[in-house]
Amino acid sequence: MIVGGNETVLVQGITGKQGTFWAERMRDYGTRIVGGVNPKKAGSEHIGLPVWGSAKEAAASQPIDVSVLFIPPMAVKAAVLDAVEAGVGTVVVLTEHIPSHDVMHFLAAAREAGTCVIGPNTAGLVTPGQSFVGFMPAFNERIFRPGRVGVISRSGSLGTLIALNLVQGGHGISAFIGIGGDPILGTTTRDALVRLDQDPNTDAVVIVGEIGGAMEEEAADYAHGMSKPMAAFIAGAASPPGKKMGHAGAIVMGDKGTYGAKREALEAAGVRVVPSPSMIADALGEAMGAV
Amino acid sequence: MNFEEHTGKAVLRAAGVATPEGRLCDTPATARSAAEAFGTCAVKAQVATGKRGKAGGIRIARSPEEAEQAAADILGMEIGGYTVHRVLVEQGVDIRQELYAAVLNDPATKGPLVLVSAEGGMEIEELAAEKPESLIRVPVDIRHGVSRTALEQALAGTFTGDQLPALLDTLERLYAAYAGSDADLLEINPLVVTGEGGMLALDCKLSIDDGAVPRQPDLAAEAPEVPMTELERRARELSLPYIQLDGSVGILANGAGLTMTTMDVVSHYGGAPANFLEIGGEAYTKGRDALRLVLDNPNVRSLVINFCGAFARTDVMTEGVLAAWDEVRPQVPVHFCINGTGEDEALAMVRDKLGVTPTQVMDEAVQAAVEAAR
Repeated sequence: MIVGGNETVLVQGITGKQGTFWAERMRDYGTRIVGGVNPKKAGSEHIGLPVWGSAKEAAASQPIDVSVLFIPPMAVKAAVLDAVEAGVGTVVVLTEHIPSHDVMHFLAAAREAGTCVIGPNTAGLVTPGQSFVGFMPAFNERIFRPGRVGVISRSGSLGTLIALNLVQGGHGISAFIGIGGDPILGTTTRDALVRLDQDPNTDAVVIVGEIGGAMEEEAADYAHGMSKPMAAFIAGAASPPGKKMGHAGAIVMGDKGTYGAKREALEAAGVRVVPSPSMIADALGEAMGAV
Repeated sequence: MNFEEHTGKAVLRAAGVATPEGRLCDTPATARSAAEAFGTCAVKAQVATGKRGKAGGIRIARSPEEAEQAAADILGMEIGGYTVHRVLVEQGVDIRQELYAAVLNDPATKGPLVLVSAEGGMEIEELAAEKPESLIRVPVDIRHGVSRTALEQALAGTFTGDQLPALLDTLERLYAAYAGSDADLLEINPLVVTGEGGMLALDCKLSIDDGAVPRQPDLAAEAPEVPMTELERRARELSLPYIQLDGSVGILANGAGLTMTTMDVVSHYGGAPANFLEIGGEAYTKGRDALRLVLDNPNVRSLVINFCGAFARTDVMTEGVLAAWDEVRPQVPVHFCINGTGEDEALAMVRDKLGVTPTQVMDEAVQAAVEAAR
């Protein structure tokens, strides 16, 4: 879930427009991109990198720690299974609108093989100053400055705004973990929280949640036992129930997944929950002072 | 995407799950003639929403005349925002026992979950709250499908005798229907045991996830139109996720999370959002169409444009917005907040074109817009 500059990173779908653009950004930033995959262009070179026919072929040349997918929805299942069979440690799935039965299928295969899946529908991971995987503006120093605060977010755009507010408020960021906006995710808020709790480079944690599902509540259960200071923002307080708010996972059904329930659970665990992202830096500062 | 009962039942029948004899009727006269064949029957509103019974959308008729009257009363009814255009007239069933059965996508186990209860008829939420011990849960590995042995082990303590094999058959077929239709929920409630000992799906709920729509074209074509406003209809044609709301502060942002947040912050400062509309992801090139949608809502009295670019480039989004601005020449005040990928170009464009300087602090833009909408 935290990718530094040493891990090898494969880009599945590297020859497409977005794959190309973001592979170059990642490489420029310091991510150790070793090449990409396109079954139709196996054996060629692209932006100075080797292109393999599959993740398995890539893994035959050198171990692949992380694979990131720039792949259209209906082709994601086969691509993740390829990465899992290749023994990739972490697969980052950026694609939105993957059929949910496909998601459940590749998550089951990944779990069995011990592969960690981030996403689907995530903007990716950032370790400021070292590496990023996905499509995050990691290279913008106003937004991602290295430091000691871990950020977990269901949303790329909102997570970016929170990172900006933290940095403007004097905090730096140890790791940004985008978990994704889908209802069924490989890595949950709680999984990411456990990881940041164990991370020696992280002193405090910010959770960026959304209405819908029960991930914030599950994370709150774990937060009860944590000593690292925490703050949170939950999007969707003003959203009407029963409507899907852009993300497939962001919907209040009856009394399930409400803003109130999430806020209450987090506050009961000692997490400071703020009503606007602009207040996150101060809230975290107070939480750090209080510990 | 939610379906009406009769579509769900067709999916069940195709997989071998029995349902009562029924006919879909769109006039009281056809309901009457259906009832002549069935005798005592149920007349049920076909709308893709729950609580039909509580709304008066389900009636028992003991004669063709009663069926005609029931249909006349129910057709045209408004239930949960939907207008009833059709009723399902179904043959009466001799009910000995009501069970509950469903398969759904479970975020906790990250796979399909089969749910069974001997206490049918109640809503699942009520059941889970009031008799959680009666709910039997069987998680499934979607790669292998449902295992009859696993089902049997889970159910044997509750169901015995002839009922167990009949229930196992039904659950296997229910699962096949779920798998074949890319459902995220397929529910039979109640699943009735009849006087003769057979099993019938008396009601059915089916929904599939939006991602699966491209590979379920036949099923998707059966989906009823969701109630929507004129602007929401236009947005759908443009493939933009627009939800019209009651307030006066128009909102355009990128990304679901950031857009919801912009609504939250508008509310926090005492304003009311006029819409949800986001142009993140692949939609970031649609700034022009998007702004026109926001502005065509006559309740909009001020505007917040909030971009925080990652994948979605703020310069591209801003370019689109400014193009629409030129075309519409709106009179409402606009407040920009721009950060992230492409911000230098985007900030310069807004300054040059509109002579206003975007803020990089969201609360400033929102507070100004809320103030202007008063």
